Amino acid sequence: MGNYFSGIFGRSPFAPLQQHMSKVVACVSELEALFEAVIEDDALGVEEAQQRVSMLENEADDLKIALRLQMPKGLFMPVSRGDLLNVLTMQDRIANQAKDIAGIVLGRQIRLPTVLSQTFLSYLKRNVDACVQAHATVNELDELVETGFRGAEVRLVEKMLTELNTIESDTDAMEIQLRADLLRIERDLPPVDVMFLYKIIDETGELADLAQRVGGRIQLMLAR
Amino acid sequence: MEYATVYLILVALFGLFMAWGVGANDVANAMGTSVGSGVLTVRQAVIVAAIFEFAGAYLAGGAVTETIRKGIVDTGFLTNSPELLVFGMLASLLAAAIWLFIASHFGWPVSTTHSIVGAIVGFAAVGIGIEAVKWGKVGSIAMSWVVSPLLAGLIAYALFRSVQRLVLDTEKPFDNAKRYVPIYMFFAGFIMTLVTLLKGLKHIGLHLTTGQSYLIAVGVGIVVAVIGALIIRRMQIDPEADRNFHYANVERVFGVLMIVTACSMAFAHGSNDVANAIGPVAAVVSVIDHGGVVGQKSQLSSWILLLGAGGIVFGLLTYGHRVMATIGKKITELTPSRGFACELAAATTVVLASGTGLPISTTHTLVGAVLGVGFARGIAALNLRMIRTIFMSWIVTLPAGAFFAILFFFIFTSIFT
Repeated sequence: MGNYFSGIFGRSPFAPLQQHMSKVVACVSELEALFEAVIEDDALGVEEAQQRVSMLENEADDLKIALRLQMPKGLFMPVSRGDLLNVLTMQDRIANQAKDIAGIVLGRQIRLPTVLSQTFLSYLKRNVDACVQAHATVNELDELVETGFRGAEVRLVEKMLTELNTIESDTDAMEIQLRADLLRIERDLPPVDVMFLYKIIDETGELADLAQRVGGRIQLMLAR
Repeated sequence: MEYATVYLILVALFGLFMAWGVGANDVANAMGTSVGSGVLTVRQAVIVAAIFEFAGAYLAGGAVTETIRKGIVDTGFLTNSPELLVFGMLASLLAAAIWLFIASHFGWPVSTTHSIVGAIVGFAAVGIGIEAVKWGKVGSIAMSWVVSPLLAGLIAYALFRSVQRLVLDTEKPFDNAKRYVPIYMFFAGFIMTLVTLLKGLKHIGLHLTTGQSYLIAVGVGIVVAVIGALIIRRMQIDPEADRNFHYANVERVFGVLMIVTACSMAFAHGSNDVANAIGPVAAVVSVIDHGGVVGQKSQLSSWILLLGAGGIVFGLLTYGHRVMATIGKKITELTPSRGFACELAAATTVVLASGTGLPISTTHTLVGAVLGVGFARGIAALNLRMIRTIFMSWIVTLPAGAFFAILFFFIFTSIFT
């Protein structure tokens, strides 16, 4: 026997969105292991880390598809379906970005010049921080639903978003520094390698940008 | 009147069948929100529902029963052929019961109230004549079907917004929940008692003035609030519960409130939906009691209300608990802070309708309340398509109930005459 009354309640998209983001963060965090292996000249370690990144990216993809399928049109939610799907897309692009970076590092057998290695690691760390902060903000979504996107909880999330912006600015500053450091030594390095180092720096910086855009979508949800 | 005993036995059986159906299906919708939010177990929900459905049906079910009994059919057309009313009411009961049986078997969203009203209008319009239907009254019933979900939605929206403002959106939601939840409890106890008393409890020998009714209602409200406050006061913040979800402790406080509103919901449901089963019974009994004279003014017999109330509880105990368990498993997104707003809004609307004698659909009213909370951005996801289907279904239910009623009406007429 069917029960029509319970049929009016759709499945909440917020918990799956949070699961997806935690998968994305796990994926991005593997980049740290990857670059540590690069610095230690551990070719096997690089390959293993790249495989983990790729696997986690695939898992995130599966979660993304499952969530999209459970959000048909005609769902009435406290946030617009478009905003929600946008957050999902942005989150997914973070994982894609991590996979791209890992792919280049493995494929091009990238080596970090010793003078850059520590700066780069902290730069990467800060970019991962941005993703972690975006994840923390996404984790507040069920609390936001609970409060109906109003009051003290909104102020809390706004504070977290400000923090996310601060982290992103940090990465920008670090990126400039890193480029300057590379510029100083680039003459002594093979030109194609330098090209790819710039590309790696650039692509890594994208992580924080994307994390910030996840935050931006959540800001839009608060604004409605 | 010939065959009077046969009619009496038949109508009592059909009435009981219908009441059983109400208990087996509708009650689960009314109580499912409490089970789903984890406030009550199925067993507890059955006990609460049994007590308060019975109380609501017996104490406050009279006015709607009167409407079903004599508000829809103009008995002036039947003075010479009282048995037509008997056949019609028998046919309506059987029609609505069978239609509901079919519909719930296939999981179609069908309202008991709409079925029985459709059936009675159907037999009266076709079996007696278009002019035998009190179209004015039928119009106001139809209007109430539009107004009741809207009203419940508005109340639910207002209730939930007040919860946001007073509790959820503040810096100390747990403390504020403890402070304000008893006030909502007072409101629930007050409004349920007041409407019941104002409408009169003459059939149990209680005669009260309006002033006395208000006083008693305030008293009941205070008693409910004080008991609730005592339970809540002992509650402490459990840090473990808040680890993943910061409002888990606040929801525990609202859980206590939701026990009160679940009682209100069961009471309100009983007061309105019992009439669907026993309104026709009362009509037949009245004709037989007066030796075939239609339209006599008579006090509704207590045994008929008891029959309906007992039938509902019987349906609940034999089958309703299973439906409740299924619904409860599906409604898990509705936390107590929302569930209570939905239940209190729906219960208030339904009991007001009961007091006015308007047969409305409890499920539709509850759906309206859920939407109201949704509009306050309180529910993660609502399935608008399903909501549209539920509201559209009464357009199908009315002619379906009417069709079966007309069919059975002619069958009964040919058997007994």
